[in-house]
Amino acid sequence: MATLRLEIITPQAKVFEGDVDSVLLPGVEGEMGILPHHEALVTELTAGELRFEHKGKTEILAIGEGFAEITADSVGVLTEGAVNEEEIDDKVAKEAVKRAEDLLKSNTLEGEELESVQASLARSLAQINIKRRRHKS
Amino acid sequence: MANLRDIRRRIKSVKNTAQITKAMQMVAATKMRRAQLAAIALRPYASRLDDLAGHLYASMGKDEVSHPLLQARATSGKTAVVVITSEKGLCGPLNTNLLRDVLKADAPNKVYVSVGKKGRQVLARLKKNLLADFELKDSPTFAQSKTISRFLLQKFEENQIDKVEIYYNRFVNTLSQVPTRYPIVPIGEGILEVAKALGEAERAERLEKQADVLHPFYNFEPDPDILLGRLLPYYIHLELYEKILESRASEHSARMVAMKSATDNAKQLVKDLTLEYNKARQASITNEILEIASAAMMMGQ
Repeated sequence: MATLRLEIITPQAKVFEGDVDSVLLPGVEGEMGILPHHEALVTELTAGELRFEHKGKTEILAIGEGFAEITADSVGVLTEGAVNEEEIDDKVAKEAVKRAEDLLKSNTLEGEELESVQASLARSLAQINIKRRRHKS
Repeated sequence: MANLRDIRRRIKSVKNTAQITKAMQMVAATKMRRAQLAAIALRPYASRLDDLAGHLYASMGKDEVSHPLLQARATSGKTAVVVITSEKGLCGPLNTNLLRDVLKADAPNKVYVSVGKKGRQVLARLKKNLLADFELKDSPTFAQSKTISRFLLQKFEENQIDKVEIYYNRFVNTLSQVPTRYPIVPIGEGILEVAKALGEAERAERLEKQADVLHPFYNFEPDPDILLGRLLPYYIHLELYEKILESRASEHSARMVAMKSATDNAKQLVKDLTLEYNKARQASITNEILEIASAAMMMGQ
């Protein structure tokens, strides 16, 4: 079976590199499922969940904003941060959301600070969602 | 001649200081290595970003792409100067040298953004036009640095500034760090040359192979123009992050060298003091013998 070469790269490190069967990306215009022999595409990603099938297992990563470069046999993901499901600490994420919400409520933020708080809120929510889904199943 | 006990006390205190500076030297060495590793870890990301820009160039099919960030303009006439200094001192002449360069190039149309405490202190004391002040932790993350670059981009979009330049300490090697001025907005030819070259190579290759399966045309979602607008800010984010990491590596290596010479000085001082101590001890013994001898002579008479 054809596979895709998936690479997930952040400024800090190469988070993942390997052959996968399929990838689900959080695109700016909605989620995108990528299978081998996909048309070549460059797209922008939003903060959310990235899922991929690797050796029969579904793995989930929470990623930040970024870009993806897709060819027939590879997917390159450039993102600010990628957190593996195992690395997500539920409590830390929840606290982060709380802090962000408090900060947003207090309304003293403006401009770039507001944006960064919103971004961190979106990231944390994505992490919590992954954890919650895993607990149910 | 100094008192014996005084000398002993000084030797002890100098030895203690030497121990502290030695420890600081070790810590700085570790931190320097970490900062360098972070800079290396950034490379795959940077080269991928070049690739993406290359695909965009290739598909747009024109040499001149237009975007506000790429063009020199004069709306407000203001230049934002990002001054990257260290949070802590004890790193030799690093910050002083950098700030001297900054102040030499000072002009009324410059507004300052300080990154690091040392720069802020000087700029605030001189009552320069300080637009914002950012503090950075020891190992700065991309997200933290992005907060700064995003702030700059926002000011740029609001037409409050026309240009952005960074002053930082370029890391040459452990012994040498050079204060350097680096313009990042408008995005210079230098940054995009790599992307342009990649794009042209790709275009040429495509013309040859007529878009077979292995060398496909890229589709873009959203449009290439919009995507380019999204991609360019990342160059700014990346550049600033790079410079911050490099400044950190410079800071730690400068501190390491400063602490090494402090330790060496302390050791030399201990040596000198020990010599003086021994001289004083010998003098007092000689004195005592003299006294005893002269007393004996008196008795003998």
